[in-house]
Amino acid sequence: MKLEFNIEGGNFSWAGHASSEVKKMLKQLGIDARCIKSIVIALYEGEVNVVAHAYEGRILVQMEPHKITTEIIDKGPGIPDIELAMQEGYSTASKEVREMGFGAGMGLANMKKNTDELTIESTVGQGTTVKMVNYF
Amino acid sequence: MSPSKRYHALTIDEQTCIGCTHCMKVCPTEAIRVVGGLAEIREDRCVDCGHCMRACPVKAIYVEQDDLKKIQTFKYRVVLFPAVMIGQFPEKYTEDQIYAALLKIGFTHVFEVEQPIGILKNSIKEYCRKSTTHRPHISTFCPAIVRLIQIRYPSLTENLIRRKAPHDLGAHFAISELKKQGAKEEEIGLFYVTPCNAKISSVKSPVGEKESIVDGIINMNALYNKVMKAIDTKEAPDTSSQRQNLTRDGILWSLTRGEARHFGERSMAIDGIHNVIRFLERLENEEVPNLDFLELRACDQSCAGGIMMTGNRFLTVERLERRARRYAPAWKLQNTQAVKESKELKQKLIADQIIPKPAFCLDPDRERALEKMNRAQRIICFLPGIDCGACGAPNCQALAEDMVSGTAKMSDCVFLQQMWENEGKISTSKAFRNVEKKWGEQRFQADCNKRGKRNEGF
Ligand SMILES: Nc1ncnc2c1ncn2[C@@H]1O[C@H](COP(=O)(O)OP(=O)(O)OP(=O)(O)O)[C@@H](O)[C@H]1O
Ligand code: SF4
Ligand code: SF4
Ligand SMILES: [Mg+2]
Repeated sequence: MKLEFNIEGGNFSWAGHASSEVKKMLKQLGIDARCIKSIVIALYEGEVNVVAHAYEGRILVQMEPHKITTEIIDKGPGIPDIELAMQEGYSTASKEVREMGFGAGMGLANMKKNTDELTIESTVGQGTTVKMVNYF
Repeated sequence: MSPSKRYHALTIDEQTCIGCTHCMKVCPTEAIRVVGGLAEIREDRCVDCGHCMRACPVKAIYVEQDDLKKIQTFKYRVVLFPAVMIGQFPEKYTEDQIYAALLKIGFTHVFEVEQPIGILKNSIKEYCRKSTTHRPHISTFCPAIVRLIQIRYPSLTENLIRRKAPHDLGAHFAISELKKQGAKEEEIGLFYVTPCNAKISSVKSPVGEKESIVDGIINMNALYNKVMKAIDTKEAPDTSSQRQNLTRDGILWSLTRGEARHFGERSMAIDGIHNVIRFLERLENEEVPNLDFLELRACDQSCAGGIMMTGNRFLTVERLERRARRYAPAWKLQNTQAVKESKELKQKLIADQIIPKPAFCLDPDRERALEKMNRAQRIICFLPGIDCGACGAPNCQALAEDMVSGTAKMSDCVFLQQMWENEGKISTSKAFRNVEKKWGEQRFQADCNKRGKRNEGF
């Protein structure tokens, strides 16, 4: 089962669309509520990061009987120091983004907490690919 | 009735239903399908919100109720109603006159359920203070919302406050008051007047409690008509002593913000089930700030907009707000006899934990569920995406899911059939028979007296 979604950079009104769709499907698969919650939280953070920090992106979701893999691929500025970005509280969010209630620097750490595997690859000036795997 | 079996108060009258799909389109949980030209409710998905009833142009969806004659078998005949009922009567009738009319109908005692509300309020406060793990706390006041959370947001069941509703409070209070007057428990008949079908289900098969203490249920619109027949504008006896324990807070409780105003530093009130759904989606994704308390109600304007309310909901709210101003706030009644002696009553307001009952799973076996989802996804590619409802399902996605669950066929889609006809894959007469099977024989013949010919939707 494969799904694909597009994300528009800078458009906060659609952030959360993919996570809601994925959630609906996980419920149809009868996945444990707690597990769904983790996946959805992580995916939402990923979506918001593309909206807040990048120009455009795609989400690829693959569901298998015992795991879900999500890849969030964006075109954007990239992350120069991933280790630093992963730290709680680190954020380069603009004033506008902060005013929308984002930019606490908790997103990536939250994604780490809520996924079984998280890998981030990034090229400065080109974009970032975040891959998350959750087992159920 | 065993508590595990859900009771649904709604029935569709097959003689009256015209299969117009209005109910199917408004149902927030996609619980309705049209089969053989008649609407059908899938019980595991229905949350008793009453939206289908509201949308039905021919009033084919109705609510069963207990026979009012049943009250005569009791010595003490108690009418127990939410304060919101008073709000729907025209201004010219006083509270005393409404009470007098209720006695004339055959009741011996009149109780409004929200008294003494201070006990429930304190109990909820205490719960919120002690149980800090699942925030925000979600009110269990509206039974349609409780069921919605059980079937669609199972991860939020732990946020539901484990306290009972005002009707439980009112019922226990009425019993203890009557016992003080020398009544024996078996002599007391409690009749709850409901503003909606959701409360009926929750009274008959309570969620989170073992059994109901009410002896019968009366639909508020039916009682309204009876009262209007019996009511008199002449001077009625003063009944204010019977409302000694009723407070401003109690009167406002079932209106929007009636609970939210009391609990937590950051509380929110949302009415209207579609608004609630949109919010719960976000809450489940943790897309909302740290809230303490959530009051969620299925009806627009909360119980003033209940499906069995007669008056205009806004006028009802207005009358109640003005009525409330004449009553003291609950804290002023903190030291009354009733509140002081409330230890036992308080105990009775504690409810069991509410368990999730997810209803949207495609198959209990995960591999099979995934397989079905894949198939549904492929089917969707062939459906037109018009969401017309002519297949008897609320939208194309729902039809695809029905197909993989074996309750619908490809040929149910009228557009697919058209295409097959065009491609010569199916004969015109066969295609037509398929449609007749779905919508009833002779449904499409010209007939000026046909059921549903004039569909007064909007
Ligand atoms: N897709 C991305 N493209 C470019 N930079 C990113 C991307 N995702 C994260 N970053 C960088 O990593 C930093 C930390 O990200 P993180 O999600 O942890 O916090 P945040 O987005 O700033 O705030 P929060 O997620 O708490 O709202 C961001 O401020 C940004 O500099
Ligand atoms: S009561 Fe509400 S949930 Fe139940 S079938 Fe009607 S619209 Fe759907
Ligand atoms: S808001 Fe009130 S009237 Fe409406 S369903 Fe809930 S409890 Fe019933
Ligand atoms: Mg972020």
